[in-house]
Amino acid sequence: MSVTGAKMELVCPAGNLPALKAAVDCGADAVYIGFRDDTNARHFAGLNFNRKRAQEGIEYARRRGAKVFVAINTFAQPSGWQRWQESVDLAAELGVDALILADIGVMDYAATRWPEVRLHLSVQGSATNPEAIAFYHKNFDVQRVVLPRVLSLKQVQQVAEQSPVPLEVFGFGSLCVMVEGRCLLSSYVTGQSPNSFGACSPASAVQWVETPKGLESRLNNVLIDRYDAGESAAYPTLCKGRFEVGGNTYYAIEEPTSLNTLAVLPELQAIGIAAVKIEGRQRSPAYVRQVAQVWRAAIDNCYSNPDGYQPQPGWMAALQEVSEGAQTTLGAYHRPWQ
Amino acid sequence: MNMLHTSPRLSLGPILYFWPREQVIDFYAEVAETAVDIVYLGETVCSKRRTLRLEDWIELADGLAAAGKEVLLSTLTLIEAGSELGAMKRLCENRGFNIEANDIGAVNLLAGQQPFVTGPSVNVYNHRTLQVLADQGLKRWVLPVELSRDTLADMQKLRPAGVETEVFVYGRLPLAYSARCFTARAHNLPKDDCQFRCLDYPDGLLLDTREKEQFLVLNGIQTQSAKACNLLGECDDIVGLGVDVLRISPQSMHTGKVIRIFDQRLRGELSATDAETALELITPGGHCNGYWHNEPGMDACFDQEAACSH
Repeated sequence: MSVTGAKMELVCPAGNLPALKAAVDCGADAVYIGFRDDTNARHFAGLNFNRKRAQEGIEYARRRGAKVFVAINTFAQPSGWQRWQESVDLAAELGVDALILADIGVMDYAATRWPEVRLHLSVQGSATNPEAIAFYHKNFDVQRVVLPRVLSLKQVQQVAEQSPVPLEVFGFGSLCVMVEGRCLLSSYVTGQSPNSFGACSPASAVQWVETPKGLESRLNNVLIDRYDAGESAAYPTLCKGRFEVGGNTYYAIEEPTSLNTLAVLPELQAIGIAAVKIEGRQRSPAYVRQVAQVWRAAIDNCYSNPDGYQPQPGWMAALQEVSEGAQTTLGAYHRPWQ
Repeated sequence: MNMLHTSPRLSLGPILYFWPREQVIDFYAEVAETAVDIVYLGETVCSKRRTLRLEDWIELADGLAAAGKEVLLSTLTLIEAGSELGAMKRLCENRGFNIEANDIGAVNLLAGQQPFVTGPSVNVYNHRTLQVLADQGLKRWVLPVELSRDTLADMQKLRPAGVETEVFVYGRLPLAYSARCFTARAHNLPKDDCQFRCLDYPDGLLLDTREKEQFLVLNGIQTQSAKACNLLGECDDIVGLGVDVLRISPQSMHTGKVIRIFDQRLRGELSATDAETALELITPGGHCNGYWHNEPGMDACFDQEAACSH
């Protein structure tokens, strides 16, 4: 269930205050941030917000009519439980517009301790069907659910028709080919996963080695890819490396590519999707600025004239520039991808 | 020989691969004769694998129950299509057998209706999550495979009364799920026309690094570790932590032998060394146990002092 006719909200990432300001200045309706520890899924050195910066960000956004969401979307283990509880408390005390949570225990704490704070289910919560969404709605009064990037448009529509709460979908950014919240490939190789540590293929495990065979990227010594002279090298996210299967060497799981759903914006609007999310809290303020500008224009254009809407070549080019591997895909929204 | 005191029960997880119908039926006829106490049945990976229908699984379940096994039916892990949701609902409405919920959607259907078990892909990472699920009828949970011994120990201290703990102790680790089918991709086929290529790989399709190191296994939309997780050497510790059930994950070969080795080890009829040697002989691709030791999952740690290797 969702209200058709409302304009989709543009939700932009910010890893620091300049990025938050860039997002707000370029028309984001909401900005999502994380705190400086493993309680969020972009736990990278030098990234994210402490109390003071978060407060400044919230004030900046509020004065300009934008909302701030805080992602506390990794999974707490008993030994670290206190940190997740403190992050929820901090976000609630700061008066953020919503918490983006994934862990059932953390959600239970937030809903009990801060019943007035709005909760969104993170993509890390892996809710791909109406029954899963109903669980979070019924138990914790979750008000919005971010869908994993694994559903086709038709499947998104089916979920939207039966969902008790409005949905948010990813529009642009790095693409997880695995269903979020259920991928342990990174901890299998490095000991740290998105679920447990808030990072995938963490930089601390990456090695670049020049060899006679070419430039090699390794993750905790496991060879992820090797590049001939002239090939452009990509960050060794381990599902995006080249491996051998049945005697063939290829991107056995996924190519280095970004998700871009500009082409299906009218369909998403017609389905009644409440918000479009941009991935990339780890990216620069310049990335946020460029992507937010394009998506602001696209959402406005699509809303005022859905039938005549066409992704403009300028938008596509601007997004291409900041895409992983300089290529984009419709991902699961496009059925043949599945 | 170190005798173990209170013996946990042994379970056999669902078959994660796509085997021909006859092979599945023969497999469970053999399982009925083994020492496992608990058997999980059903297709958990791909809804296109339909050589057995729900009625067939229930018939197998009846047979295993008659052989004295506790039998549970396992749900699909990744529910995307409406038809998959429908199948999960029908499964959860059966009142003959308890359900292993592999998605929160299944938990929602079972909550307050009948006792249920959560599988390893349901993210139970802390005691508060365990309590929420216990309030809804959780009777047993499987430790997510990336969690360590120390986290398990904390959870055991804080777990709600009446909730049992199960640990995945042997088999290739289920590591990820996708909307894409990597087996079809390996054959340049679209998922919609996969021609059931998974039938060609009774233990999945090996993915090697470009240095010919066995790394992962492609099993349709699921990705597994190439090495088998093996916690045989940790059995004393696991028993000491009060774990109720040890899970063995089926492979096409030697599953009966693996069950026998764990059973004899738990009974104290095999020494740790002899059991380990017997298991080495029948495990292709080597062992890993890094997750248990809070190290990368692919690592093999042989004792507390020694460094892990991979």
